[in-house]
Amino acid sequence: MLFLAQRISALIMAPLALVHLVLIVYAVQGGLDAQEILSRTRGSIAWATLYGLFVIAVSVHAAIGLRAVGQEWLKLQGTLLNVLTWGSGLGLPLLGFRAVYAVVAG
Amino acid sequence: MISQPLRNNAGQLKVSVWRGDESGGRHVDYDVPGLESQTVLDVVTWIQRHSDPSLSYRFACRVGMCGSCAMTVNGVPRWTCRSHVRDVARSNLLTIEPLRNLPVIKDLACDMSAFFEKWDDAMGRFHPTATRGDDVEPIRPGSIGRREADAGIECINCAVCYSACDVVAYKQDYLGPAALNRAWTLVNDVRDAARGARLRAVASDAGCHSCHSHQSCTTWCPIELNPTASIAGLKRQSALAILTGKISLDDE
Repeated sequence: MLFLAQRISALIMAPLALVHLVLIVYAVQGGLDAQEILSRTRGSIAWATLYGLFVIAVSVHAAIGLRAVGQEWLKLQGTLLNVLTWGSGLGLPLLGFRAVYAVVAG
Repeated sequence: MISQPLRNNAGQLKVSVWRGDESGGRHVDYDVPGLESQTVLDVVTWIQRHSDPSLSYRFACRVGMCGSCAMTVNGVPRWTCRSHVRDVARSNLLTIEPLRNLPVIKDLACDMSAFFEKWDDAMGRFHPTATRGDDVEPIRPGSIGRREADAGIECINCAVCYSACDVVAYKQDYLGPAALNRAWTLVNDVRDAARGARLRAVASDAGCHSCHSHQSCTTWCPIELNPTASIAGLKRQSALAILTGKISLDDE
């Protein structure tokens, strides 16, 4: 069932990645500084949801992708393969949610 | 078309042939007379008949129908009976090796057992819905399912795609492009009774979802089939069948 989780996470991730890229361009073109960006994002449930979903989708997608890389290129199996999968699957949301927290609640 | 006698006007070919067995081997060089119209299989046959009768290789029909004579020629998997030397040789040099991803029996002959066993694993056999007492089911050639099946049905089982596939090299249990292409033709065959079981078989860890769409199978298929498209079809149909509860992978 991992393939299904990877495809569904890709479906979620693709539009969110586009939103993120457009946002970067908008913020840079508009000349927004860090304080102006944070004033818009802090306390916003919408931004928290958008980037929270992004973090979850990335974590699921990347963990499964790295599992395939570990399996096929590094010939990992068993415990080592599970450590790579769960390590990336839990490590990425840890980093991601820390960043989301800093932007919407910090 | 082939009314003119063959002439020895293409110079000498320098042919490096892999010789050995499962325990290892090395390349052996042969000089072979070049001919105006000459296939790679002709070259291998010349070596066996004139230089070294102990050279082992496999062929049958010599006209691109049986799929027996595939070998790696200058690094690329090819059907040797239809590969002309003038198209594949580089400066009159040929390197001929057994197919990749299959165990070597001896010299250029591979053990094809795993390749055909994977056809079975992908449920490549037809499961009829009718008996000989029933009328022949009318099939519209223009129907979507029949067109999908027809697009992949001419596979000759040469294993060129299997040899070209990087995923087979990465994952030994991966079913491979030929078996999955065959499964896709049957998934689209309205006369077949095992659609669900087949989708379940190809959705396993070693099945269609392992394909990275490198498209090496499609690039080198000698009869220009598109196994990558067949595998993409299986990915869509098996995912849809799981999401709609038509098949389950739970008891794997």
